Amino acid sequence: MSPKPLPGSVDDVVGLLEQHDYFADRRLATSVFLALKMSRPLFLEGEAGVGKTEIAKVLARALGRELVRLQCYEGLDTASAVYEWNYPRQMIEIRLAEAIGKVDRDALAGDIFGEDFLIRRPILQALSSQVGAAPVLLIDELDRTDEPFEAYLLEVLAEYQVTIPELGPIKAPSPPIVVITSNRTREIHDAIKRRCLYHWVDYPSAARELAIVRRKAPGASTELSREVVAFTQRLRAMDLFKAPGIAETLDWAEALVALDRIALDPETVSSTLGALLKYQDDIGAVTPEVAAQLIAEARAEAAELRS
Amino acid sequence: MTSLARASSGRLAENILHFARVLRAAGLPVGPSKVIAALEAVQAVGVEQREDFRTALAAVFIERHEQAALFDQAFELYWRNPRLLERMMQLLLPKVYSRAPRAEAEAPLPARLAEALAPPRAEDARAQEQETTIDAAFTFSPREVLQTRDFETMTSAELSEVKTMIARLRLPLPERPVRRTVAARHGSAIDLRASLRAMASAGGAVVPLAWRERRRRRPPLVVLCDISGSMDRYSRMLLFFLHAITNDRDRVHTLLFGTRLTNITRHLRRRDVDVAVARVSAAVSDWAGGTRIGACLGEFNRRWSRRLLGQGAIVLLISDGLDSDVGAGLAREMERLAKSCRRLIWLNPLLRYDKFEARPAGIRAMLPYVDEFLPVHNLESLKQLAASFQERHALRGASRRAAWRSPATLFAA
Repeated sequence: MSPKPLPGSVDDVVGLLEQHDYFADRRLATSVFLALKMSRPLFLEGEAGVGKTEIAKVLARALGRELVRLQCYEGLDTASAVYEWNYPRQMIEIRLAEAIGKVDRDALAGDIFGEDFLIRRPILQALSSQVGAAPVLLIDELDRTDEPFEAYLLEVLAEYQVTIPELGPIKAPSPPIVVITSNRTREIHDAIKRRCLYHWVDYPSAARELAIVRRKAPGASTELSREVVAFTQRLRAMDLFKAPGIAETLDWAEALVALDRIALDPETVSSTLGALLKYQDDIGAVTPEVAAQLIAEARAEAAELRS
Repeated sequence: MTSLARASSGRLAENILHFARVLRAAGLPVGPSKVIAALEAVQAVGVEQREDFRTALAAVFIERHEQAALFDQAFELYWRNPRLLERMMQLLLPKVYSRAPRAEAEAPLPARLAEALAPPRAEDARAQEQETTIDAAFTFSPREVLQTRDFETMTSAELSEVKTMIARLRLPLPERPVRRTVAARHGSAIDLRASLRAMASAGGAVVPLAWRERRRRRPPLVVLCDISGSMDRYSRMLLFFLHAITNDRDRVHTLLFGTRLTNITRHLRRRDVDVAVARVSAAVSDWAGGTRIGACLGEFNRRWSRRLLGQGAIVLLISDGLDSDVGAGLAREMERLAKSCRRLIWLNPLLRYDKFEARPAGIRAMLPYVDEFLPVHNLESLKQLAASFQERHALRGASRRAAWRSPATLFAA
């Protein structure tokens, strides 16, 4: 995998992403282009399952870069996000020095807190790359972690460097391509957002969703794909607790293919609704009558798409 | 940089600067660094395509999804005809362009506030003066009278004194251990890094271990406060209380509801209580109207709960439970709310009456789901609130962990 040059225009970004099976709308492509051009982190917010994480994966693949992923969780600390010292090795080193009888304490302390004893976690990995082959650093679901970690990220995102007390600051030779995602289970602090380019990833339009389904679920017939997309789009307009994302649409299309369905019918919809809706209240709201009506509307719309 | 951008970069830069000022005046947090970033972004995408240009500016200037609508409107107006917008802004926000000091611009606010807190009519005041003398016979100081007096029966002078007392109130919610550690003398986990450092400097001799323990932190607090007609007097006092606790600690979110739900967290962050309350008054449109508790809780559950109730939040629900929808759908929304938060505490001013009974349908629908049910009608009850949080810390009944009720049992109940 050799690093490829960065795209030179917004159109190039659209084309590049599409080559790697990601159908981005022009606004998202513009944000991605700017993030690459200005080497600023890209902050993606949006509902679950609209393809926020995917964009980082696709970028890494399309640009021939390594993908370094940091999944956030509550209590994430520098030991698991940035670096950790290799304690067992340090301990052996101390015992060895003791056994040899060479006990120059200052030198020993300097030795065991050297680069050899450093375990690199995702952020440090992303910062210590070759020039011109900076990896894509995906900081996934930042909203899951807590404010202290956000505060730590400020240095990383602003300077592309981390400071290890024993070694001093380590600066990236070339800044990584940073993609941060958030499901918005809480608001991320403005200080982080200020350093990033913000983009709200919305549900796709019917035409784009159809293109995605055609590409990602090739097993589904054209007719079925159209109906699935039209049905899901209608479902999103309903007053649901959690509207289905693209990931759910694809799951559903695959479920229907697995059941050998070539068109939607109320019974199939009711029995496979679990692939689309993940809350009991929402599934309860789509009664067989509602489903039948949605199918009828979806058919009509699918027919329009065809003509 | 494109040729067009280069040719007109002087004017363009000026225009972007102006646009940034318009956004700032409209309430977006746009600093100088963002203007520079915006120029850089525009140079990168060029100005040939309007949509690209818009997205470039949006990516830099927007920080939250809510700001998108405002940005789009401003963009449409400004980049069609900058002069038009400027004129409109001057019309709407005279203080932005004038060099008048802030204090002058905000001077009318306390007056508006005074109006909002309209003092009782003359005969009311006289009746209440009588009451005060009777109360004083049993107490030691005016301050203590105030502590047990109902907010509803206070004169405006008393209210203002209570206001200053409330400003000093704190809400000591019990701290919870979080998944993050600090160095400690007697902890639960060994601090390998510190231990090894000590070991290295001791040259491998026996070294006492260093320890770490879980850090403790106050959980987030979400306040849902009823501002319907029946809660009118209380809710104004409660606003002062909410202002005090919002500025005392981090992670407090406040929403008001009557017939609709309004998030006022940002307004309450203003340090000055009068400014904060005036802004809240301006932001909320359904003061002292009806109550649709079920619908408002439903809206909270759908739109806000996933964003605010993470990380073990505690919910304070301040309401008298008198619902004009007579509890339609209320039980279901209460159940969802109760199961999405660590604890649900209901503060009800009606509880001051000794003969309080859970008669109204709304109250009966809500009661099964609350962890604590406490009075909130005077200063003393606000203080007791603080105490009860610590005492009943561990009280989270087995009933809370019950399975979801099926719809059938719900209607039977």
